[in-house]
Amino acid sequence: MGAALPVAAALLEFLPARAVLHEEEDTRPYECDGLTAYRRLPGVVALPETEEQVQRVLKTCSAMGVPVVPRGAGTGLSGGALPPENGVLLSMAKFMRIARLDPLGRIAVVQPGVRNAAISDAAAPYGLYYAPDPSSQIACTIGGNVAENSGGVHCLKYGLTLHNVLRVRGFTIDGEPLDLGSEAPDAPGYDLLALAVGSEGMLAVATEVTVKLLPTPQAARVIMASFDDVEKAGTAVAALIGSGIIPAGLEMMDRPATHAVEQFVGAGYDLDAAAILLCESDGTPEEVDDEIARMKAVLQASGATRMRVARDEAERLRFWSGRKAAFPAVGRISPDYYCMDGTIPRKRLGEVLNFIGAMERKYGLRCPNVFHAGDGNLHPLILFDANKPDELHRTELFAAEVLEKCVEVGGTITGEHGVGIEKINQMCVQFRPAELELFHAVKRAFDPRELLNPGKAVPTLARCAEYGRMRVHGGKLPHPELPRF
Amino acid sequence: MIEIFQEKIRQAASRGTPLRLRGGGSKDFYGNEPRGELLDTRGYAGIVSYEPTELVITARCGTSLSDIERILETSRQCLAFEPPHFGAATFGGCIAAGLSGPRRSSAGALRDFMLGTRIVDGRGRVLSFGGQVMKNVAGYDVSRLLAGSLGTLGLIAEASFKVLPLPQLEATLRLEMPESGALEAMNRWAGQPLPISATAWHDGELLVRLSGAEPAVRAGAGRIGGERTHGEPWVGIREHTAAFFAGPEPLWRIAVPSVAAPLALPGRQMIEWGGALRWLKSNAAAESVREAAQRSHGHATLFRGSDKQAGAFAPLEPVLERLHRGLKAAFDPAGILNPGRLYRGL
Repeated sequence: MGAALPVAAALLEFLPARAVLHEEEDTRPYECDGLTAYRRLPGVVALPETEEQVQRVLKTCSAMGVPVVPRGAGTGLSGGALPPENGVLLSMAKFMRIARLDPLGRIAVVQPGVRNAAISDAAAPYGLYYAPDPSSQIACTIGGNVAENSGGVHCLKYGLTLHNVLRVRGFTIDGEPLDLGSEAPDAPGYDLLALAVGSEGMLAVATEVTVKLLPTPQAARVIMASFDDVEKAGTAVAALIGSGIIPAGLEMMDRPATHAVEQFVGAGYDLDAAAILLCESDGTPEEVDDEIARMKAVLQASGATRMRVARDEAERLRFWSGRKAAFPAVGRISPDYYCMDGTIPRKRLGEVLNFIGAMERKYGLRCPNVFHAGDGNLHPLILFDANKPDELHRTELFAAEVLEKCVEVGGTITGEHGVGIEKINQMCVQFRPAELELFHAVKRAFDPRELLNPGKAVPTLARCAEYGRMRVHGGKLPHPELPRF
Repeated sequence: MIEIFQEKIRQAASRGTPLRLRGGGSKDFYGNEPRGELLDTRGYAGIVSYEPTELVITARCGTSLSDIERILETSRQCLAFEPPHFGAATFGGCIAAGLSGPRRSSAGALRDFMLGTRIVDGRGRVLSFGGQVMKNVAGYDVSRLLAGSLGTLGLIAEASFKVLPLPQLEATLRLEMPESGALEAMNRWAGQPLPISATAWHDGELLVRLSGAEPAVRAGAGRIGGERTHGEPWVGIREHTAAFFAGPEPLWRIAVPSVAAPLALPGRQMIEWGGALRWLKSNAAAESVREAAQRSHGHATLFRGSDKQAGAFAPLEPVLERLHRGLKAAFDPAGILNPGRLYRGL
């Protein structure tokens, strides 16, 4: 920590004392993000309030060769905001202003520390909203959403952050101003906006984000359909999509997940079902009536044992609140849980769920599943007790096997939570050395000395070689007592 | 076949001789002048996989775009960004050009549907990015970076795209409206839950296409008004075979925020994408077109024209230009892939 003090002094030359934290009692809250198993006390936390201050923080750190890790609300689930060793944690929490909202042009220009849900709140009087709705939307910020390319429960129809962000302004690590994308439909040259979205704070620091606003659907209704078999529910999803319907939301929960949620929220789920589907339609009232009827027919033909259309808006929101509260609900039935984020081609769902079942038996750990069924994004939640060192170790091996299975069936290790520090070893399984090398070259085009969020998102080839050797040795990792995720 | 691409690229890289990557040649007119030894990608063709219920198609670069659209249609699906063909387009060329058609303002652009790609980079290495799933945040989003890169970063050998169901029903309305009124109306409608899938204004006439379920199209038509047209104007607008696009003047593509005021430029204009795309047929000087676009917070591309002295694309700011060069060096260190097609020095 002492080594970080010179940079603290340099930052205090232009930032007020309240914006430079370096005492342990002040920096402790920043030691981790939503992935609490990884903690590291930051040497210095900088809380700039203006773009000029951000630029000077970056220029100062760059000149001194000090690593910088940007942070939004700290709700990330992959350790992307884990503080740097002997570096500066750059909190964007003070950037909370909605700079401009243009109802006719349907855009909002916001600072990165604005909460996701606050954008829709501000747009609501104009009949508009911001579509991506990650479950953490009441807390997470748009800056973090851009860094992670966050999804949500409506992204099959309305897209991810990538599809709803038009422009990002910010700075490179050297403090050079960057302006990516445009309020026009595109910008000349390479699509650097697409590269920046989801880059996990590795390429640049955002100071302003322009998002697209959509007209709020006039009506929305949701069906809860029960199935006596998880694979049947998966087949029903394929049948819905094959019939030409793109549901506004399409979520699956298995029985262990609905039971955990029901105790916590009382969402009114069918507890007898092996799996339930939540299937939403939105649009004009006429469209919704028509689509709900078509959805019910397909679900019926696919073997739904029960179907219930939410009676009113209150019940519709209750069905969704259960899904959105799945993680905290699971947190109440187990001392600890570990959330995975693989995506698979939907047709392999049965195979992957069977595999997860086999892993539950192999490692002696329970694993409820919630699933963004429409887009194949699985969130298995492994339940464990961190006070039993062996459970942590078994959880880690369990998770690694599941993520590698996702890659094997043609999917990915992360659909929306990011690689961060958590899934960095699995990157070695998903990508070959030449591809990882190219990622590093892309990073160096923006950040030649690799000072921005170093060590995250893309593993070094040496790390992969080491991980490969560990895997060869019977899946037993050295030092099982060390928390690795 | 892909080994042949690799070998040709490796040889060109070692000799430092430029390669001109080309599919059907339907967009030879687009961008700056192509140069280098021809590398024809049409031999690497075919649909690798298509699963209607997964909403994903994977095809090789040389596959004809029409073949892809025909196969999707048999399952009542489509490429929702409605790409222009401009001739015998290939899938690879379509991605490299990155162009989208009339449905872009409602459905999204080509890049929005790109899920993954397999490329041969400037060192002749086969690299894969993204995949065949809707959500994937592992690694940087390199596949979308390839969309619209005009073959300057790598040879797009194979790609996976998200596809969508064809609309159940489509109808086009025709309204009489001056330019400023049409701009105001298109923006106002876009903020309302109406199933508008395309708009085009030219010379006092506004065309509005509605797509969706029958009740939605019927209700939308009632709200918008005007009269139903019986022809199908959208293919002509997409393919630039409509009467507006005829004539010897250069064609400019000006992308601006949809609410931008009418552009005061000499020549004829057609407005698409709810106001965000302004086609200009004009002999105006390149500088004045680019200045007008920039004043409106947009950019102007010299889409078709014999004199590309001014560059086909709007010049980049210095920081962005440096990043472009850095990325080019990462993908194609010898600078042999379609050099200069996008910008001089790339």
